[in-house]
Order: sequence, then C-alpha cells, then structure tokens
Amino acid sequence: MSADRDDDAAIRFMGVHKWYGSFHVLRNINLTVGRGERIVVCGPSGSGKSTLIRCINRLEEHQRGSIVVDGVELTDDIKRIDEVRREVGMVFQSFNLFPHLTVLENCALAPIWVRKMPRRDAEELAMKLLTRVKIPEQALKYPGQLSGGQQQRVAIARALCMTPKIMLFDEPTSSLDPEMVKEVLDTMTALAQDGMTMIVVTHEMGFARQVADRVVFMDQGEIVEINAPQPFFDNPQHERTKLFLSQILH
Amino acid sequence: MEFLAYVRQASEPEDPPPSLSSGTLLWARANLFSSLGSSLTTVVLVALAAYLLPQLVAWATTHAVCTASDGAACRAHQDGACWAFVAAKWDYLRFGSYPLAERWRVDIVEAIGAVLIVWLLWTNAPRRAWGALLFFFAYPIVTFVLLYGSSLLGLPIVDTLLWGGIFVSLLTAVVGIVFSLPLGVLLALGRRSALPVVRLASVLFIEFVRGVPFITILFMANNMLPLFVPESWTPDRLLRPLVGIIIFSAAYMAEEVRGGLQSLRKGQYEGAMALGLNYPLMMALVILPQALTFVIPGIVNNFIGLFMDTTLISVVGMTDFLEAMNNAIKDPVWSGPTIMVTGYVFAGIFYFSFCYGMARYSAHVERILAKGRR
Amino acid sequence: MDLARDAKRSSRLNDRRVRGLFYQILLLVCIGALACGAIYNAAINMRARGVPMGFGFWNEVAGFEINLRLIEYSGLSTYGRAFWVGLLNTLLIGAISIPLATLLGFLIGVARLSPNWLLSRFALVYTTLLRNTPLLLLLLFWYNAVLKSLPGPRQSLSIGDVVFLNNRGVYLPMPVPRDQAIWFAGAIAVAMAFAATFREWARRRQMRTGAQAPSTLIALALIIGLPTVVAAAAGSPFTFDIARPSGFNLTGGLQVIPEMAALVFGLVTFTAAFIAEIVRAGILAVPHGQSEAAGALGLHRGLTMKLVVIPQAMRLITPPLTSQYLNVVKNSSLAVFIGYPDLVQIFAGTVLNQTQAAAQVMGITMAVYLVISLAVASALNFFNARYALKER
Repeated sequence: MSADRDDDAAIRFMGVHKWYGSFHVLRNINLTVGRGERIVVCGPSGSGKSTLIRCINRLEEHQRGSIVVDGVELTDDIKRIDEVRREVGMVFQSFNLFPHLTVLENCALAPIWVRKMPRRDAEELAMKLLTRVKIPEQALKYPGQLSGGQQQRVAIARALCMTPKIMLFDEPTSSLDPEMVKEVLDTMTALAQDGMTMIVVTHEMGFARQVADRVVFMDQGEIVEINAPQPFFDNPQHERTKLFLSQILH
Repeated sequence: MEFLAYVRQASEPEDPPPSLSSGTLLWARANLFSSLGSSLTTVVLVALAAYLLPQLVAWATTHAVCTASDGAACRAHQDGACWAFVAAKWDYLRFGSYPLAERWRVDIVEAIGAVLIVWLLWTNAPRRAWGALLFFFAYPIVTFVLLYGSSLLGLPIVDTLLWGGIFVSLLTAVVGIVFSLPLGVLLALGRRSALPVVRLASVLFIEFVRGVPFITILFMANNMLPLFVPESWTPDRLLRPLVGIIIFSAAYMAEEVRGGLQSLRKGQYEGAMALGLNYPLMMALVILPQALTFVIPGIVNNFIGLFMDTTLISVVGMTDFLEAMNNAIKDPVWSGPTIMVTGYVFAGIFYFSFCYGMARYSAHVERILAKGRR
Repeated sequence: MDLARDAKRSSRLNDRRVRGLFYQILLLVCIGALACGAIYNAAINMRARGVPMGFGFWNEVAGFEINLRLIEYSGLSTYGRAFWVGLLNTLLIGAISIPLATLLGFLIGVARLSPNWLLSRFALVYTTLLRNTPLLLLLLFWYNAVLKSLPGPRQSLSIGDVVFLNNRGVYLPMPVPRDQAIWFAGAIAVAMAFAATFREWARRRQMRTGAQAPSTLIALALIIGLPTVVAAAAGSPFTFDIARPSGFNLTGGLQVIPEMAALVFGLVTFTAAFIAEIVRAGILAVPHGQSEAAGALGLHRGLTMKLVVIPQAMRLITPPLTSQYLNVVKNSSLAVFIGYPDLVQIFAGTVLNQTQAAAQVMGITMAVYLVISLAVASALNFFNARYALKER
C-alpha cells in the first residue's frame, strides 16, 4: 500500500463495472484523475454520472474492476473506506445539512469526532472556512433559516473543514433558484483556483468551460468522450456527444 | 498523466451481472448472514420457527375436532382446537338471541350495508356521491326499521335486549362512523373558526372527549343520559352506548378532518373566494370534497379502532361478538379445557382478518392519493 | 341619497363581524338552553329516585374489600379512601407498564429495521398481530385462558424454585434488606457520582484536546462493578423471601395477583406494538441523505446514529410516544373487565353502584383522567417548543 502512495494520480478507475440488479449502470469505466486536476462530468440523465462519483467515496459499491483513491483501493474493508472518506469531501444536490445543529456545529462536527480536534480549534477552522465561502455572519443560525444558495455554501464549507484532498460535487446547483446558482459557482471557481482536485457532475457548461481541465461525457453507463473544454465544446468528435451538446447548448 | 483526450470507438456490450451479484445466494448472504450476529440470529429464529410452527399448525388442523354435537369429542382430544364448538355456536355468535324467524332481516341489513360500503370504498366506482347519500341518510333509517321492527309494516318488534353477536359489533361500529363523520366535520370546522366562542366550544369538546377513557364515556352515557332527559323519554338500552360511541368517535374524527383541512393549500380557499363563493358553498363544493378524500385513510383507521373498541360495550350490558363468545364458552354442554382457547383464538382470527383487511385497504388508498397529489 | 341610506342600512346586517357576533350569541344561547334543560331534568329525576345530590357520600363507610392496596384500607374505610386506593392502583399500573412497554417497543422497532430479513419479519408479524387485535381480547386471553387456568397453589408451577405460578397469582422472591444493604446503597450512590463526574471530565477534556474516552462504558462498569465488589466483600445486601407452601396456600414472597399480571402483560405487549411502529417511522423519516452526508464526512455508523440520526428521529418520535403513554393510562380502565381494582373498577364501578351518585362519581373520575391528560400534553408542548427544529 505504501508503494501506491507514490502514485501521483488522485483517482484511478480500472475496468469498473456496476449493476443495479440486472441493470448494467456502469460499463467498463477507465479513468485517471491527476492531483490538482479539475474534471467536469456531464451527460443525459440516467447516464450513470452520479453513480460514478458516488463510487469514489463508496456511497455506491462497484462489482467488478478496481477503484484506487489517493493510493487506497476501495474494497469492503471498513477501515479503508473510512480512510478514503476522511480525504474525500462531497457536496450533495440536496445539501444534506444537519437541521438540528447550527451552521457552525455542522462544520465542526466531523473535525471534532473524526479528526479528534479540540473544540476551539475546530470552531476556529470552521469560521475560517465560512469566511472563505463568504457567510461568516450565519455561523450561529440553523440551516432552515438560510436560503438555498447559503445552505449549499455551508455544505461546501463543511466538506472543506475535513481538509480533503479531493472534492466531489454531485449536481450542486440543480436544486437552486437561478439567482443563487452564481454565488455557488463562484465559490467553486475560487476553490478550483486554489488548486483543489475536483470532480464535478453538473449541467452548468459555462462553469465547465471556465474551470475544467477536462470534460468527461458519459452516456448509458459508458464514457463516450473526454477532452479539454475548448475542443470538447467547439469540436466534439463522437456522434452522441454532438447530439447531447446540440440539446443543451441552444 | 495519461491520455488527455479520448473518443470512444466501439460501444461497450451490456453484460449480465456476475452470478453472485443477484439471485438467491447473494440475497441470503446479504440479508441473513451478513455478519456473525446476523447469522446467529438467523439460526436461532429458524430453530424457534421450526419448533413452534408445526405444533401450532397441528393444533389448528390435524389434531383439531371439526364435527361433534357436544363437548365429549373435544374433551377426548385435548391437543387440538375444538372447531366443532365454533360451528355449533355460529348462529348465536352471529345473531345473539335475535328470534330465529326474524333473522332474515339482519341478513338483508348486512347485505345492503356490504354493497354500499364496497360502492363507497372502491376508488373507481361511478357516482360515489350517490352512494354516500344513500349510506349516510337512507341506510340508517332502513336499518332501524328492519332490525327493530315496525307495526306499520307488519314486522314484529324485536327488543334490543335480544340483539347480540357479530351484527351488533358491526352495527355499533357502522353507526358510530356514519353519525360521527358529520359531527366530526362540524367540530373540525368549528375548531378552525375565527369566532372565539365557536372555537372554544369545539376545542373544549374535543379535548374533553379525547382525554378520558372510552369506558367512562360509556358509563356516562349509560348512567347519566336517562337523568338528563324527561322521565317519559327513557332512552333505549342500545341507544345509550351508541350515543357514547358517536360522541367518542366524533372527537377523533374531528382531528383527522382537521388534518385534512390543514393539508389543503391556501390557494384552494383563495380560488373559491375569488370566484365569489360564500362560506357554505366554498366548503361544500371545493374544500370538503378534497379534504375528505385526503382523510379517507384516516377515517378507515378510525373505523378499525372503533370496531376494536366495540368490544367494550359489554360493560354496559350489550352483547357484542366478544361477549357472545364469552357466553358461548360458558355452556356446560361444551365444557372442556380446549374450549376457551379455541373460542378466543377464533375471535382473534375474526377481528384480525377484519381489521387487517381494512388496514390494507387504507394503505392502498393512501398510495393512490400520494401519487395523485404530486 | 336614497342609495347611500340603503347602502348603510344593508351593510349593517351583512357586516361580517355583526354576523359573527350573532352566530356566537346564538350558539351560546343554544348551549345554555340545553344545559339548563339537562340540569333541570337531572334535578327532578334524581330527587324522584332518591339519588344523593351532594358529595356527602365521600365520607360514608364503603363496606367492601379491595384485594390490592398501596395505602391502609379496610371494609370500614370511607368511599373517599376507596377513591385514593383506586387512583393509586391506576398510577401503579401506569408506572410499571409504561417503562416496560417503551423498552419492548424500542427493541421491536429497532428489530424491524434490522438488516437481518428474518428478524425484521418476526418483528413485523408481532406488530401486525397485536395492532389488529382488540386489547380486551388479549386481556381476557391472558386472564382467563392462561392465568386462571394455572393449577392450584399446592401444584404450583415453579421456575428454579424461586418463582411460583398458580391460579392465585405470580409469586416472585421479595427482597428483604439486611444491615449490609446500607453499604450496597452507598456503593451505588458513590458509583453514580463517580460516573457522572468522570463523564463530565471526559467531555471537557474532549473539548480542550480532542481526545475521546469511552465514558459510557466506564460509567456502566463503575455502576455495575463497584456495588458488586462491595456486595461480595460485605455480604449480600438482600435476603430473598421466597414463597413457601402453608396449608392450602403459599405464604411469603411478593404476590402479584393474576388480575394485575394479566393487565400489565396485556398492556405492555399491546402498547409495545404501537411504540415499535412509532420508533420505526421516526427513524425512517430522517432523510437518507443525512446518513450519506455523515458518512461522506468520515463518521462511522455508530457516530452517524448518535450524532445525526437519533437526535432528529427523537423529535419525530416524542409526540406520538407520549400519546401512547396516555393511551396506557386510559386503557388501564379495562381493568374493570378482569376485576383489577383500578380507579374505574372501584370508583365508577362499585362506589357508583352502591351510592347511585352517578353524576358526582363520573364527574370526579373523568376529571382525574383529564388532569393527567392535560398535564402530559402541557409537558409535551413545552418540550416541543424548546427543542423544535428552527426554521425561517
């Protein structure tokens, strides 16, 4: 395992297959994500893109092939899964903030109980990150008292409090009202500029163009095309890519 | 970093899942033996079932006595149920002491009731409003005339003292629901009213009735109702617990209806008001039809609870099904150690089938409503 | 000008507030008329039947025995005394049944959610069977078919020769404190104080330095271990008075009359089925995304349950749970069917029959239950307001 640590790839998918019952939802996924790389995954609904990134922190299990995250291979071994989850942060489409805790407590929870930080240090860290996502004044409010955009930024801060090496975003702006999408995307852009390894599933093509190092197009469970943003959008190669882009860029 | 760009050349085939990712073996591994504790639990439970089930089945079937004319055969076979006892007492359990010659009247009332209830509860039935009208207005009158009798129609009067058994249980439950629903709707509307006196009166009534045991309501109706009306009115012995049941059920019904009214979006009220409908019209045409549809599962649950509560009316001297069973068990002709258990088990099966069936129906309606509400 | 005058006149009658006032006055008049009529009739009828109209019966001699009493009572005690005996018996049933039903209900509710398919099915069978069977049938079954069918005292069934079952009741060993009991009690008190202090110290240490200690385990070990050591050193704190045959009966031991055993058993098993469903619904109602988010943060399953799922589930469970507790108290009135001497059986039963003071007796009985219901409802509202999830 220590030999794997020298590997400079953040995430490796090798021959990964997954089935839901008899439905073949991921077919022969081969993908390598380098450290500091920003990947945007797009595709029609049902293409398996959410399943793909949920496999990275073992919220979903794959049945064939191997996934190596930060040098650790994902198996049924609970210790390894916890290790991976400490280093991989996730932001959900429906925020999933804990409604019975304040914003500050939401962010400090995992550092206190998982990284075993003293409470004061954890709260300091939380305030720092809440400032970074530009809502320090909401620290003592409850999630139910915040707008959607604010809640999602708190969710980003909460994930960042674990100082992850990799951040996963599962359609982070799809539940937001249009005027709040921008504030969240700006936060994610700032994060990318700070050098975070990011995998983002999204329909926001403007964000992809601006921030991504590579765009991955998935359809029906397989990776169809990967390219840098400019050639991807301006000169798609595969038929299905062209079809998809024509539907969403009008 | 390896290849930067990639374009798919050939499509991946859709493969069937590997043999252990679906099918019974994997299911068993995941659901029965997923951990040491789980495996131990499975083994213990399977052993328990293997020990108990054959004995229970044998008691109910192979060792049971199904035909006999008195208790002798059952006393001889003490390791099985005495279904012969139930068969022999079946008429009494159904009708109580209702005169033999007049029992056809009970059958007719039950048949009409069954038809009307199916009509009302079948979600796709045509013209359900007509069924509701018949059920809530015409049926009670028909029931009373047929069961009690009327000299005008040449039907001999049958004193309520003789009524007993299953039909009394059904009668009390149905009467309870039929009369408590309108009263409950009024109470629910009253509780939401803007007029303080109306609201206070409704709240006091509802909270008072819900805060005391059902038995005390029955006692109160039985002992105090005759005191509150002039001497010459002497309310009938069955009427008193019926009044108690109606009051009791109305309070719980009011809470169900209130929940339904609250779940309606405010826009419904505003739309009706914008059209110029006054309060009674708005309620009758727009609000209540929707609210009551939402509340049908709750009403059915109330009915189940009420049906189980009818077992309590024996405390004021009425003979419901359970009391009839208690009386039947005491018959010396059938005395024996298995009689009591057989009787109670049969009563349990009866109540369980009825209540569980209604509960499944209620869940079914809830599912349909949930789909439509999106 | 005529139009203006007409408009002013008609608007008075159609004014919503005027109409509202009118309806309310009408309602008050109707209720008042009904009440007056009822009271008038009641006075006439009661006088005609010789029914006592005051509360004088409270101090009259009761003249009947009660076979379970927590306070002094005899055939020469007053009806008022009988009331208190009955009330205490009702509260006793509640005090025993509610904790037992909660424990059993939570166990079965958690079993319903178990990943072991067999276990969750067994729990499902339990809840389905018991929620669709009338409580009275259960009580009659336990009382008549089981407890009353036990053999006589001379042929009592025994469990390990310390617990005896016969048709006079269940005889449990009664703990009789010896001198050493003081040390035992002292050990428990000291252990609890230590455990509480230790937990507080561990909590503060975690806040300061982040290091965690298994404080619950250590607290449990203390509370169980210290008294055990003391008992071993100083001698057993209790001797047990075990029932033994004497004549046609058994003497000694703690006798639980069959009426009470049947009532407690029936109430506990019946209510536990409902509590199990409440627990299950509460835990399932916490959105799955909450556990996923907690897992994504690196919290393992135990921490996820303790910090995220259970706090939210308890908010959903508490209101219906207290409503079930109230049901236990109200359902204990079914004691009248099997002869357990609770408030309804003694007061609304025997006392009412003997004094014929129906209105007074029923009024007092219902008032008691109303007070209990209101007290519990107020407590629940208070807790709801304090711990509700804060929203915009």
